[in-house]
Amino acid sequence: MGKDKPIVKDIDRSMYDFVKKEDDAYRTEEGLTPEIVLEISKEKNDPEWMRDFRLHSLEEYNRLKLPDWGPSIDGLDMDNIVTYVRPNAKRMVKDWNEVPEDIKDTFERLGIPQAERASLAGVGAQYDSELVYHNVKDEAAEQGVIYTDIESALRGEYADMIRSHFMKLVPPTDHKFAALHGAVWSGGSFVYVPKGVHLDFPLQSYFRLNAKGAGQFEHTLIIVDEGAYLHFIEGCSAPKYNVANLHAGCVELYVGRNATLRYSTIENWSKNMYNLNTKRAVVDEGGKIEWISGSFGSHVSYLYPMSILKGRGARAEFTGVTFAGHGQNLDTGCKMVHSAPDTSSYVSTRSISKDGGISTFRSSVVINKNAKNSKSSVSCQSLMLDDISRSDTIPAMDIRTADADVGHEAKIGRISDDAVFYLMSRGLTEEDARALIVSGFADNVGKELPLEYAVEMNNLIRLEMKGANG
Amino acid sequence: MAEPLLQVKNLSVSVEDKDILKNIDLTVNKGETHVLMGPNGAGKSTLGNALMGNPNYIIKSGSIVFDGKDIMEESVNERAKDGIFMSFQNPIEVPGITLSNFIRTALEQKTGKRIRLFDFRKKVEMAMDILDMDHTYAERDLNVGFSGGEKKKAEILQMLMLQPKLAILDETDSGLDVDAVRTVSRGVEEYQKNQDGALIIITHSTRILESLQVDYTHVLVNGQIVENGDGSLVDEINENGFERFETQAQ
Repeated sequence: MGKDKPIVKDIDRSMYDFVKKEDDAYRTEEGLTPEIVLEISKEKNDPEWMRDFRLHSLEEYNRLKLPDWGPSIDGLDMDNIVTYVRPNAKRMVKDWNEVPEDIKDTFERLGIPQAERASLAGVGAQYDSELVYHNVKDEAAEQGVIYTDIESALRGEYADMIRSHFMKLVPPTDHKFAALHGAVWSGGSFVYVPKGVHLDFPLQSYFRLNAKGAGQFEHTLIIVDEGAYLHFIEGCSAPKYNVANLHAGCVELYVGRNATLRYSTIENWSKNMYNLNTKRAVVDEGGKIEWISGSFGSHVSYLYPMSILKGRGARAEFTGVTFAGHGQNLDTGCKMVHSAPDTSSYVSTRSISKDGGISTFRSSVVINKNAKNSKSSVSCQSLMLDDISRSDTIPAMDIRTADADVGHEAKIGRISDDAVFYLMSRGLTEEDARALIVSGFADNVGKELPLEYAVEMNNLIRLEMKGANG
Repeated sequence: MAEPLLQVKNLSVSVEDKDILKNIDLTVNKGETHVLMGPNGAGKSTLGNALMGNPNYIIKSGSIVFDGKDIMEESVNERAKDGIFMSFQNPIEVPGITLSNFIRTALEQKTGKRIRLFDFRKKVEMAMDILDMDHTYAERDLNVGFSGGEKKKAEILQMLMLQPKLAILDETDSGLDVDAVRTVSRGVEEYQKNQDGALIIITHSTRILESLQVDYTHVLVNGQIVENGDGSLVDEINENGFERFETQAQ
């Protein structure tokens, strides 16, 4: 798959950049106070422990400081952010026909119902703060796969499972925006794949933020039990506004013994978005986490998915591409923590910067004392498309055993004139030639994605190459 | 037959402020095969690059008319659309697009039409058979990990598929073993046979020419064409090398 990618032409920015009338049913005041948090909790009919959890998280939020490293987030003022916007829809439904026309149209333009019919085992669709659609195909449901919104799971038969896992991997004390998430989270998905179940088709959750000046704080909790396999895809986008929007989601992944979870993301937030997202996986003995990550949107991103290799022989792979264009400062990378013997991690990233964009690759590999005979390989390549853009690489390594094999490689380059000349000599325009080279550069991710997502990624690259500053 | 396709007049070219070509005159008529020979560093590849429009090659004076049109101001891709093709000495590796998709894209750019996948596949496979290329190469990323010989074959494959009016083969035979040279020249023969296209074969050896019909030979030394002849000039060079011409140029 991915080998036979067509070059897609004629991209229309309106594919992502359309605004629907703000017809929400309910929203909180701007800002962040205990009253607002209580209001959200009441609105969502939280169990008591969750209400307390939110209030406690808010305290942590007020206590914790902003990070003193990374891109500036001065343009983000929490007093102006609306943390909860309930869309004007019935409670989550399983039938697209029951989704209000406006919202349904949004997801159709993004191709979600079409993809669901074609190649997915289940879909969740979130609009602003709430899921409006969630469905899992019978074949998956019959195998015992649970795929639902967190809110239902909190009250249903999996309530205990949620309680014992929710924000245990990413506690609110982790950092300021994890605390914020704990206080005002809403929406997101819960997935449970039972022992030995191999799901042949991916599940996908799509997050759309339509409301101007709002935040989205969805929580994704996935548990893949012993020997099971899951490919989960998340997508996200928003129209562009001239005020700051905020995304502070949280993803917690539990990969059981000898289980494999592939987690793919194509992120295309609009360029007024502060994307302060936290993702973390813990992997048991012989299990494997595979992160596939494409970061294209947002004004500022802080994104470093972390893999904790807890069991012997656990493995993690991170394959990522980041494209920073005009007005974007994307600080991305990953963190690998080896906490058991014979564990391995493999990181391959590409970053591209253009039109003054700043792309920083930040990685951390920690090999603990007991993680004997572990291996880690980190490779990052950067491509700068002009003289005003910037690319930095900040790899950190903390190796506490002599018995480990660790490698790091970094390369920074530009598009070669020879390559452009070669492609143009076959009739491609300069723009197409350069876009093709950049797509090829990002092919480490492209070839890992299902075809239609690889096409979407190449579309995004072409869009960026056209210099659309939107 | 003597309908001019390419008319180069008084062409002088420099690269990085160094004058390479001086006052080149060359006329190629439709369907003709020209051979451009000369010792290393004579400026042969510079002529190919200048004709193709490589922006690193600066035209100091002279004119290039192709198919009745002055192409001096045209970009590389416009020249490609006019029907000029160059087989590269060192084809570039481009991950992310397969050889077959690349050729299809190039064809679609050229013709402005969508091309039916089924017909296209068949044509590519037929052309690959002529070149003794394993069909799996069509689905591999463009030139990535290809051996030197496979890269050259892939260039000839592109020539056969794109059907240019003028193909410039820049040292296509260099670095190839005897069998590969034979295969490549079979591809060139096919081009001569079917497409009535013109050729400029740039080479410093004569191996690729053994089985090809050559109309004109030009000897380039120190940036100047020092001798023009017919196909028999190739045989003379084969026997005596470039020495005579080099003394002549001094």
